[in-house]
Amino acid sequence: MLAYIIRRVAQSLLVLLVTGFVAFSMFSFVGDPIDNMLGQERTQADIDRLRGQLGLDQPFVVQYYRFLEQAVQGNFGLSYRQGRPVSDILMERLPATLELAFVSGFLALAGGIGLGIFTAIRKRGVSANAIMTVSLIGVSLPTFLIGIVLIYVFSVEMGLLPSFGRGEVVRIGGWTTGFLTESGLKALILPAITLGLYQMTLIMRLVRTEMLEVLRMDYIRFARARGIRERSVNFRHALKNTLVPVITITGLQLGSIIAFAIITETVFQWPGVGLLFINAIQFVDIPVMAAYLMMISVMFVGINLIVDLLYFAIDPRLRVDRTAAGGH
Amino acid sequence: MAQNEIPRAPSRFARARNSDLYYSFTRTPVAIVSAAVVIVLVLAALLAPLIAPHNPFDPGTLNLMNGFTPPGEANAFTGDYFLLGTDDQGRDVFSTMLYGMRISLFVGFSAVMLAMVVGVVLGLLAGYLGGWVESTIMRIADIQLTFPAILVAMLIFGIAKGITPPAYRDQMAIWVLILAIGLSDWVQFARVVRGATLVEKNREYVQAARLVGRAKFSIMIRHILPNVLNPVLVIATISLALAIIAEATLSFLGVGAPPTRPSLGTLIRIGQEFMFSGEWWILLFPAGTLLALALSINLLGDWLRDALNPKLR
Repeated sequence: MLAYIIRRVAQSLLVLLVTGFVAFSMFSFVGDPIDNMLGQERTQADIDRLRGQLGLDQPFVVQYYRFLEQAVQGNFGLSYRQGRPVSDILMERLPATLELAFVSGFLALAGGIGLGIFTAIRKRGVSANAIMTVSLIGVSLPTFLIGIVLIYVFSVEMGLLPSFGRGEVVRIGGWTTGFLTESGLKALILPAITLGLYQMTLIMRLVRTEMLEVLRMDYIRFARARGIRERSVNFRHALKNTLVPVITITGLQLGSIIAFAIITETVFQWPGVGLLFINAIQFVDIPVMAAYLMMISVMFVGINLIVDLLYFAIDPRLRVDRTAAGGH
Repeated sequence: MAQNEIPRAPSRFARARNSDLYYSFTRTPVAIVSAAVVIVLVLAALLAPLIAPHNPFDPGTLNLMNGFTPPGEANAFTGDYFLLGTDDQGRDVFSTMLYGMRISLFVGFSAVMLAMVVGVVLGLLAGYLGGWVESTIMRIADIQLTFPAILVAMLIFGIAKGITPPAYRDQMAIWVLILAIGLSDWVQFARVVRGATLVEKNREYVQAARLVGRAKFSIMIRHILPNVLNPVLVIATISLALAIIAEATLSFLGVGAPPTRPSLGTLIRIGQEFMFSGEWWILLFPAGTLLALALSINLLGDWLRDALNPKLR
């Protein structure tokens, strides 16, 4: 088990090193930032001064080493477009994305597990079938179209909810939150649904499949034969075993919520890191792109690692199997 | 016809008609309807220059006075009639949609082709050669799988955009898109092909081919490849739907097809701006087309997966 954990951590570090190299290569191979930063009326002296300031006159290896050293400390230099430290910009934007991801993740989990159980128990019910059909359309519907439809219905037609932005935010230390104001909460509803809906359908379909599988097992039939109440069979006996695979897949989905936030944030002009990343791509703002890439890979790798280790904690059978198969 | 005549080998067409796949197709209404939708849309896109009443890329035929004509009504100033209305620049929505679909489908098909070729080749190499080739390829695949495909595609697009000189960016955007989506999606193919190759390479026919001294690459391509194509076909169909959606998403986000050569995603991006002012048709028709296209290709893929894999039934 310990060997597995060590191997898994080493693998995560490798992923981070590779993404770090990708992030760094972007600096070296993509265009000349000086062209982007200085206007038409630049002099050679301006160019040389800025080049020295940004450390672009150093050899490749030195630059790579300096990049790694700085990246570990969370320092990615100045944004080509805004001329401010990238870490400051990211920190400013991060709360918006995390709050959005948190709310939609919660929505996806609660809704997905609830509807999944419902459709599994009422397998032949009319409403369960209707939910399944709607979810099939939901999977094919691109995220941005869901957002547009919601904006059209709730903002344009009904005028109930704001169509863009984050509303008023309250500043607490370095964190800005929209949870405490009415306009902030209102602004959160549509983006959170947009972002959570796709994950919700995925989780729902997964829970349903797993639940149907478990309900076919002998121990469930046995529990029914013993005369245990249906509610107790479904929730105490079946649900527990359903949740093991659900936790892994859901954990991985949480990572993609942060990535898909890019789309939602663009549709709703939500001032988070995703919108920042899209703007960085449009303007080829390499430091911001690199920093975003590193940040998101740390998140992804961290989530993957935790989920893998959690698997062991939840399912004791795996501890035996893995070590036997791995020959340790 | 004489009784003792040797029956002729059935023609390709007859074989196709007698196949299980055809039988399953004729008995799955969903598959027939989705196939019909896909065929109509693909034909409309291919024949766009013949069908489209206007050429949206020729500024000479545009009249700004025609801007914002609602669908099915004559323009208040010029009296011109447009089936699905016009956008802000007076471009016929029906025509831009046909041309946009051409670009969406072209990017989708090419990206899937690229992903398929890269994935199948690497999967075959990994499965058949094993050793360090396999571990390198699969490790790269694992690393890439850590990230959602759309994010990888955005990143590749961003880097490629940085490399191309600004003057060529609009022209190159389509090719960069194909590259980005294709390279973000090869892992699926590689994994499946590698798995199937691992099974196939121990079969007798491969051993026989090895025994008569055929070269490694000839065995991989002539003998193993045809036997691992079924799952590849299924993945390719589902990937096509995903690639079209990915292209639309990237273009919608403004990191895809440029406004001068709009795809469905770009048109939706343009249309979204006018949603608030009540010009719904600029948004609705491209969005509906995209949805119909993606949904029917998805349903076809689902059917194909079930039909080619009897174990699932």
